[in-house]
Amino acid sequence: MAGLYVIVAGAGKVGWNLARELLEKGDEVTCIEQDRRRYLMVEQELEHAVQYGDATELWVLERAGIQRADLVIAVTGDDEDNLLICQVAKEKYLCERIIARVNNPRNLDHFNLLGIQPAVSATDLILRLIEHEVPRYGLVHLLNLPEERLEIIELVVSEDATAAGRAVADIGMPEGALVISVLRSGSGFVPKADTVVQAGDEVLVVLDPGIEEDITRLFVSDNGRA
Amino acid sequence: MFVLVVGAGRVGSALATSALRDGHTVSVLDEDPLSHERLDVELGRSWEEAGGRFTIGTALEVDALLEAGIEESDVFIASTNGDNTNLVVAQIAQRRFHVRRVIARVLDPRRAAWYDEQGLQTICPTQIAIEQLERAALAEL
Repeated sequence: MAGLYVIVAGAGKVGWNLARELLEKGDEVTCIEQDRRRYLMVEQELEHAVQYGDATELWVLERAGIQRADLVIAVTGDDEDNLLICQVAKEKYLCERIIARVNNPRNLDHFNLLGIQPAVSATDLILRLIEHEVPRYGLVHLLNLPEERLEIIELVVSEDATAAGRAVADIGMPEGALVISVLRSGSGFVPKADTVVQAGDEVLVVLDPGIEEDITRLFVSDNGRA
Repeated sequence: MFVLVVGAGRVGSALATSALRDGHTVSVLDEDPLSHERLDVELGRSWEEAGGRFTIGTALEVDALLEAGIEESDVFIASTNGDNTNLVVAQIAQRRFHVRRVIARVLDPRRAAWYDEQGLQTICPTQIAIEQLERAALAEL
Protein backbone atom coordinates (compact mmCIF):
# COMPACT_ATOMS: atom_id res chain seq x y z
CA MET A 1 0.00 0.00 0.00
CA ALA A 2 1.27 3.45 -0.88
CA GLY A 3 2.09 5.63 2.10
CA LEU A 4 -0.45 8.13 3.37
CA TYR A 5 -0.03 11.84 3.83
CA VAL A 6 -0.85 12.48 7.47
CA ILE A 7 -1.11 15.78 9.33
CA VAL A 8 -0.64 15.51 13.07
CA ALA A 9 -1.74 18.58 15.02
CA GLY A 10 0.15 18.83 18.29
CA ALA A 11 3.67 17.55 18.98
CA GLY A 12 3.21 16.64 22.60
CA LYS A 13 4.02 13.14 23.80
CA VAL A 14 1.20 11.63 21.78
CA GLY A 15 1.76 13.63 18.61
CA TRP A 16 5.52 13.27 18.55
CA ASN A 17 5.45 9.49 19.04
CA LEU A 18 2.65 9.12 16.55
CA ALA A 19 4.58 11.10 13.93
CA ARG A 20 7.70 9.04 14.54
CA GLU A 21 5.81 5.73 14.20
CA LEU A 22 4.06 6.83 11.02
CA LEU A 23 7.34 8.01 9.49
CA GLU A 24 8.92 4.66 10.29
CA LYS A 25 6.03 2.92 8.55
CA GLY A 26 6.81 4.96 5.45
CA ASP A 27 4.02 7.49 5.61
CA GLU A 28 4.58 11.16 4.87
CA VAL A 29 3.92 13.24 7.97
CA THR A 30 3.66 16.88 8.91
CA CYS A 31 3.39 17.58 12.60
CA ILE A 32 2.23 21.05 13.69
CA GLU A 33 3.28 22.51 17.04
CA GLN A 34 2.35 25.93 18.36
CA ASP A 35 4.74 26.13 21.29
CA ARG A 36 8.02 27.56 19.98
CA ARG A 37 10.26 25.77 22.49
CA ARG A 38 8.55 22.45 22.02
CA TYR A 39 8.77 22.89 18.26
CA LEU A 40 12.52 23.54 18.37
CA MET A 41 13.03 20.43 20.46
CA VAL A 42 10.96 18.16 18.23
CA GLU A 43 12.46 19.71 15.10
CA GLN A 44 15.89 18.36 16.05
CA GLU A 45 14.56 14.88 15.43
CA LEU A 46 11.71 15.25 12.96
CA GLU A 47 13.38 18.06 10.96
CA HIS A 48 11.15 19.19 8.07
CA ALA A 49 8.34 16.87 9.22
CA VAL A 50 7.38 19.37 11.92
CA GLN A 51 6.12 22.91 11.35
CA TYR A 52 5.71 25.77 13.78
CA GLY A 53 2.22 27.26 14.05
CA ASP A 54 -1.28 27.18 15.48
CA ALA A 55 -3.09 24.35 13.73
CA THR A 56 -6.47 25.93 14.35
CA GLU A 57 -5.53 28.70 11.88
CA LEU A 58 -6.48 27.95 8.32
CA TRP A 59 -3.29 29.28 6.74
CA VAL A 60 -1.20 27.03 8.97
CA LEU A 61 -3.19 23.98 7.87
CA GLU A 62 -2.92 25.08 4.25
CA ARG A 63 0.83 25.60 4.56
CA ALA A 64 1.03 22.03 5.84
CA GLY A 65 -0.83 20.90 2.71
CA ILE A 66 -4.17 19.97 4.20
CA GLN A 67 -5.75 19.91 0.72
CA ARG A 68 -3.89 16.72 -0.11
CA ALA A 69 -3.94 15.07 3.35
CA ASP A 70 -5.35 11.55 3.55
CA LEU A 71 -5.66 11.73 7.30
CA VAL A 72 -5.74 14.51 9.89
CA ILE A 73 -5.07 13.60 13.51
CA ALA A 74 -5.67 16.27 16.16
CA VAL A 75 -3.91 15.41 19.42
CA THR A 76 -3.28 18.72 21.13
CA GLY A 77 -3.97 19.12 24.84
CA ASP A 78 -7.01 21.29 24.09
CA ASP A 79 -10.31 19.65 23.24
CA GLU A 80 -11.69 22.80 21.58
CA ASP A 81 -8.65 22.91 19.30
CA ASN A 82 -8.89 19.22 18.41
CA LEU A 83 -12.57 19.57 17.69
CA LEU A 84 -12.20 22.60 15.42
CA ILE A 85 -9.13 21.29 13.59
CA CYS A 86 -11.05 18.14 12.71
CA GLN A 87 -14.18 20.10 11.85
CA VAL A 88 -12.45 22.31 9.27
CA ALA A 89 -10.41 19.36 7.97
CA LYS A 90 -13.62 17.47 7.32
CA GLU A 91 -16.04 20.20 6.29
CA LYS A 92 -13.83 22.84 4.68
CA TYR A 93 -11.02 20.78 3.18
CA LEU A 94 -13.11 17.62 2.67
CA CYS A 95 -10.50 15.38 4.25
CA GLU A 96 -12.07 11.95 4.38
CA ARG A 97 -10.39 10.62 7.47
CA ILE A 98 -9.94 12.37 10.77
CA ILE A 99 -9.07 11.25 14.28
CA ALA A 100 -9.52 13.46 17.31
CA ARG A 101 -8.11 13.11 20.77
CA VAL A 102 -10.45 13.83 23.66
CA ASN A 103 -8.55 14.99 26.74
CA ASN A 104 -11.51 15.35 29.05
CA PRO A 105 -13.98 12.47 28.55
CA ARG A 106 -16.78 14.82 29.57
CA ASN A 107 -16.24 16.61 26.26
CA LEU A 108 -16.95 13.48 24.25
CA ASP A 109 -20.57 14.58 23.82
CA HIS A 110 -19.40 17.73 22.04
CA PHE A 111 -17.37 15.70 19.55
CA ASN A 112 -20.36 13.49 18.85
CA LEU A 113 -22.66 16.50 18.53
CA LEU A 114 -20.47 18.01 15.83
CA GLY A 115 -19.94 14.70 14.06
CA ILE A 116 -16.23 14.43 14.86
CA GLN A 117 -15.49 10.72 14.88
CA PRO A 118 -13.56 8.75 15.82
CA ALA A 119 -12.84 10.70 18.97
CA VAL A 120 -10.33 8.85 21.12
CA SER A 121 -10.13 9.37 24.84
CA ALA A 122 -7.22 7.81 26.73
CA THR A 123 -9.31 7.78 29.89
CA ASP A 124 -12.00 5.88 28.06
CA LEU A 125 -9.51 3.40 26.61
CA ILE A 126 -8.08 2.66 30.03
CA LEU A 127 -11.58 2.28 31.47
CA ARG A 128 -12.31 -0.20 28.71
CA LEU A 129 -9.10 -2.07 29.48
CA ILE A 130 -10.14 -2.28 33.11
CA GLU A 131 -13.46 -3.64 31.91
CA HIS A 132 -11.58 -6.22 29.85
CA GLU A 133 -9.22 -7.25 32.64
CA VAL A 134 -11.85 -7.12 35.37
CA PRO A 135 -15.14 -7.87 33.62
CA ARG A 136 -17.46 -6.62 36.31
CA TYR A 137 -20.53 -6.79 34.16
CA GLY A 138 -19.66 -9.90 32.20
CA LEU A 139 -19.59 -7.88 29.02
CA VAL A 140 -16.71 -6.26 27.14
CA HIS A 141 -17.10 -3.95 24.15
CA LEU A 142 -14.51 -5.03 21.61
CA LEU A 143 -15.64 -2.91 18.72
CA ASN A 144 -18.13 -0.12 18.47
CA LEU A 145 -18.92 1.49 15.11
CA PRO A 146 -22.03 3.60 15.72
CA GLU A 147 -22.05 5.00 12.17
CA GLU A 148 -21.98 1.55 10.64
CA ARG A 149 -24.42 0.39 13.33
CA LEU A 150 -22.18 -2.48 14.32
CA GLU A 151 -20.89 -3.70 17.61
CA ILE A 152 -18.91 -6.72 18.78
CA ILE A 153 -19.00 -7.74 22.42
CA GLU A 154 -17.29 -10.43 24.44
CA LEU A 155 -19.11 -12.35 27.17
CA VAL A 156 -18.11 -15.07 29.57
CA VAL A 157 -20.91 -17.64 29.82
CA SER A 158 -21.87 -18.10 33.44
CA GLU A 159 -22.86 -21.32 35.19
CA ASP A 160 -26.63 -20.89 35.40
CA ALA A 161 -27.14 -18.79 32.27
CA THR A 162 -29.82 -19.65 29.71
CA ALA A 163 -27.17 -20.30 27.07
CA ALA A 164 -25.07 -22.71 29.16
CA GLY A 165 -25.50 -26.26 27.92
CA ARG A 166 -27.58 -25.27 24.89
CA ALA A 167 -26.84 -25.49 21.19
CA VAL A 168 -26.37 -22.10 19.52
CA ALA A 169 -29.60 -22.57 17.55
CA ASP A 170 -31.58 -23.15 20.78
CA ILE A 171 -30.35 -20.15 22.78
CA GLY A 172 -33.04 -17.92 21.33
CA MET A 173 -30.79 -15.14 20.07
CA PRO A 174 -32.72 -11.97 19.30
CA GLU A 175 -32.96 -10.62 15.76
CA GLY A 176 -29.82 -8.70 14.83
CA ALA A 177 -27.31 -10.74 16.83
CA LEU A 178 -24.99 -13.58 15.91
CA VAL A 179 -22.45 -15.66 17.84
CA ILE A 180 -19.31 -15.43 15.70
CA SER A 181 -16.70 -17.12 17.84
CA VAL A 182 -16.34 -19.31 20.91
CA LEU A 183 -13.15 -19.41 22.96
CA ARG A 184 -12.80 -22.55 25.04
CA SER A 185 -9.72 -23.66 27.02
CA GLY A 186 -7.50 -21.21 25.25
CA SER A 187 -8.49 -21.77 21.64
CA GLY A 188 -11.22 -20.28 19.52
CA PHE A 189 -13.51 -21.65 16.85
CA VAL A 190 -16.46 -20.51 14.77
CA PRO A 191 -19.56 -22.20 16.14
CA LYS A 192 -22.18 -23.98 14.07
CA ALA A 193 -25.90 -24.10 14.82
CA ASP A 194 -25.48 -27.34 16.80
CA THR A 195 -22.40 -26.25 18.76
CA VAL A 196 -23.21 -26.53 22.46
CA VAL A 197 -22.19 -23.50 24.48
CA GLN A 198 -20.67 -24.33 27.86
CA ALA A 199 -20.32 -22.37 31.07
CA GLY A 200 -16.91 -20.69 31.10
CA ASP A 201 -16.82 -20.25 27.31
CA GLU A 202 -15.93 -16.80 26.06
CA VAL A 203 -18.25 -15.94 23.21
CA LEU A 204 -17.98 -13.11 20.73
CA VAL A 205 -21.28 -11.71 19.54
CA VAL A 206 -21.79 -9.27 16.67
CA LEU A 207 -24.94 -7.22 17.12
CA ASP A 208 -26.94 -4.15 16.23
CA PRO A 209 -26.32 -1.41 18.80
CA GLY A 210 -28.83 -1.18 21.61
CA ILE A 211 -29.56 -4.84 22.26
CA GLU A 212 -26.61 -5.64 24.57
CA GLU A 213 -29.02 -6.05 27.49
CA ASP A 214 -30.99 -8.81 25.74
CA ILE A 215 -27.78 -10.67 24.86
CA THR A 216 -26.27 -10.30 28.31
CA ARG A 217 -29.42 -11.76 29.85
CA LEU A 218 -28.96 -14.96 27.83
CA PHE A 219 -25.27 -15.53 28.53
CA VAL A 220 -24.72 -14.10 31.99
CA SER A 221 -26.84 -14.96 35.01
CA ASP A 222 -27.92 -12.24 37.42
CA ASN A 223 -25.30 -13.40 39.91
CA GLY A 224 -22.61 -13.06 37.28
CA ARG A 225 -23.60 -9.51 36.61
CA ALA A 226 -23.48 -8.38 40.23
CA MET B 1 -35.51 38.56 25.85
CA PHE B 2 -33.36 36.19 27.86
CA VAL B 3 -29.77 36.95 26.97
CA LEU B 4 -26.96 34.59 28.02
CA VAL B 5 -23.45 36.00 27.80
CA VAL B 6 -20.58 33.51 28.08
CA GLY B 7 -17.33 35.28 28.86
CA ALA B 8 -17.56 38.67 30.51
CA GLY B 9 -14.37 40.48 29.58
CA ARG B 10 -14.56 44.06 28.33
CA VAL B 11 -16.89 43.24 25.46
CA GLY B 12 -19.07 40.68 27.21
CA SER B 13 -19.60 42.72 30.36
CA ALA B 14 -20.40 45.92 28.44
CA LEU B 15 -22.95 44.03 26.38
CA ALA B 16 -24.43 42.38 29.48
CA THR B 17 -24.86 45.67 31.34
CA SER B 18 -26.44 47.45 28.39
CA ALA B 19 -28.82 44.54 27.81
CA LEU B 20 -29.81 44.67 31.49
CA ARG B 21 -30.36 48.44 31.32
CA ASP B 22 -32.57 47.87 28.29
CA GLY B 23 -34.80 45.67 30.44
CA HIS B 24 -33.78 42.24 29.22
CA THR B 25 -33.20 39.24 31.44
CA VAL B 26 -29.44 38.78 31.49
CA SER B 27 -27.36 35.84 32.68
CA VAL B 28 -23.56 35.84 32.62
CA LEU B 29 -21.30 32.79 32.71
CA ASP B 30 -17.60 33.26 33.38
CA GLU B 31 -14.92 31.16 35.02
CA ASP B 32 -13.33 34.15 36.73
CA PRO B 33 -15.13 35.71 39.74
CA LEU B 34 -13.30 38.95 38.93
CA SER B 35 -15.54 39.49 35.93
CA HIS B 36 -18.42 39.78 38.39
CA GLU B 37 -16.70 42.80 39.93
CA ARG B 38 -16.32 44.33 36.50
CA LEU B 39 -20.07 44.06 36.04
CA ASP B 40 -20.72 45.75 39.40
CA VAL B 41 -18.35 48.59 38.53
CA GLU B 42 -19.80 49.13 35.09
CA LEU B 43 -23.30 49.14 36.46
CA GLY B 44 -22.49 51.32 39.47
CA ARG B 45 -24.26 48.89 41.82
CA SER B 46 -24.50 45.17 42.54
CA TRP B 47 -25.17 43.07 39.45
CA GLU B 48 -27.61 40.81 41.32
CA GLU B 49 -29.45 43.71 42.96
CA ALA B 50 -30.01 45.10 39.50
CA GLY B 51 -31.58 41.78 38.54
CA GLY B 52 -28.69 40.15 36.72
CA ARG B 53 -27.69 36.50 37.01
CA PHE B 54 -24.12 35.31 37.37
CA THR B 55 -22.73 31.78 37.22
CA ILE B 56 -19.12 30.81 37.79
CA GLY B 57 -18.14 28.00 35.49
CA THR B 58 -16.38 26.85 32.36
CA ALA B 59 -18.09 27.41 29.04
CA LEU B 60 -17.73 23.84 27.80
CA GLU B 61 -19.28 22.29 30.91
CA VAL B 62 -22.87 21.50 30.05
CA ASP B 63 -23.84 21.69 33.73
CA ALA B 64 -22.59 25.26 33.89
CA LEU B 65 -24.50 26.20 30.74
CA LEU B 66 -27.65 24.67 32.20
CA GLU B 67 -27.19 26.48 35.50
CA ALA B 68 -26.75 29.73 33.60
CA GLY B 69 -30.10 29.10 31.92
CA ILE B 70 -29.19 28.12 28.37
CA GLU B 71 -32.47 26.25 27.98
CA GLU B 72 -34.50 29.44 28.51
CA SER B 73 -32.20 31.63 26.42
CA ASP B 74 -33.37 33.49 23.35
CA VAL B 75 -29.96 35.00 22.65
CA PHE B 76 -26.58 33.40 23.24
CA ILE B 77 -23.35 35.41 23.03
CA ALA B 78 -19.99 33.59 23.05
CA SER B 79 -17.46 36.25 24.02
CA THR B 80 -14.69 34.55 25.99
CA ASN B 81 -11.12 35.50 25.16
CA GLY B 82 -10.62 32.30 23.16
CA ASP B 83 -11.80 31.96 19.55
CA ASN B 84 -11.83 28.20 19.79
CA THR B 85 -13.91 28.13 22.96
CA ASN B 86 -16.36 30.60 21.40
CA LEU B 87 -16.72 28.57 18.21
CA VAL B 88 -17.31 25.33 20.06
CA VAL B 89 -19.68 26.65 22.72
CA ALA B 90 -21.68 28.62 20.13
CA GLN B 91 -22.19 25.46 18.09
CA ILE B 92 -23.32 23.64 21.23
CA ALA B 93 -25.86 26.42 21.89
CA GLN B 94 -27.04 26.19 18.29
CA ARG B 95 -27.17 22.46 17.70
CA ARG B 96 -27.80 21.00 21.14
CA PHE B 97 -29.91 23.66 22.81
CA HIS B 98 -31.41 25.24 19.69
CA VAL B 99 -31.05 28.79 21.00
CA ARG B 100 -32.80 31.06 18.51
CA ARG B 101 -30.03 33.62 18.13
CA VAL B 102 -26.41 32.58 18.60
CA ILE B 103 -23.49 34.94 18.04
CA ALA B 104 -19.80 34.11 18.43
CA ARG B 105 -17.00 36.60 18.72
CA VAL B 106 -14.09 35.35 16.62
CA LEU B 107 -10.87 37.35 16.31
CA ASP B 108 -9.46 35.31 13.41
CA PRO B 109 -11.01 36.90 10.27
CA ARG B 110 -10.75 33.89 7.99
CA ARG B 111 -12.41 31.49 10.38
CA ALA B 112 -15.00 34.08 11.31
CA ALA B 113 -15.90 34.34 7.64
CA TRP B 114 -15.97 30.59 7.07
CA TYR B 115 -18.12 29.77 10.09
CA ASP B 116 -20.44 32.61 9.15
CA GLU B 117 -20.90 30.99 5.73
CA GLN B 118 -21.69 27.72 7.50
CA GLY B 119 -24.62 29.36 9.28
CA LEU B 120 -23.04 30.38 12.58
CA GLN B 121 -23.28 34.12 13.05
CA THR B 122 -19.88 35.57 13.92
CA ILE B 123 -18.61 39.03 14.81
CA CYS B 124 -14.96 39.67 13.99
CA PRO B 125 -13.50 42.68 15.84
CA THR B 126 -10.23 42.26 13.94
CA GLN B 127 -11.98 42.64 10.60
CA ILE B 128 -13.83 45.72 11.86
CA ALA B 129 -10.55 47.22 13.08
CA ILE B 130 -8.84 46.48 9.77
CA GLU B 131 -11.59 48.19 7.82
CA GLN B 132 -11.66 51.24 10.08
CA LEU B 133 -7.89 51.51 10.00
CA GLU B 134 -7.84 51.25 6.23
CA ARG B 135 -10.38 54.02 5.96
CA ALA B 136 -8.54 56.20 8.46
CA ALA B 137 -5.06 55.55 7.16
CA LEU B 138 -5.67 55.59 3.44
CA ALA B 139 -8.09 58.52 3.20
CA GLU B 140 -6.85 61.25 0.88
CA LEU B 141 -4.62 63.80 2.53
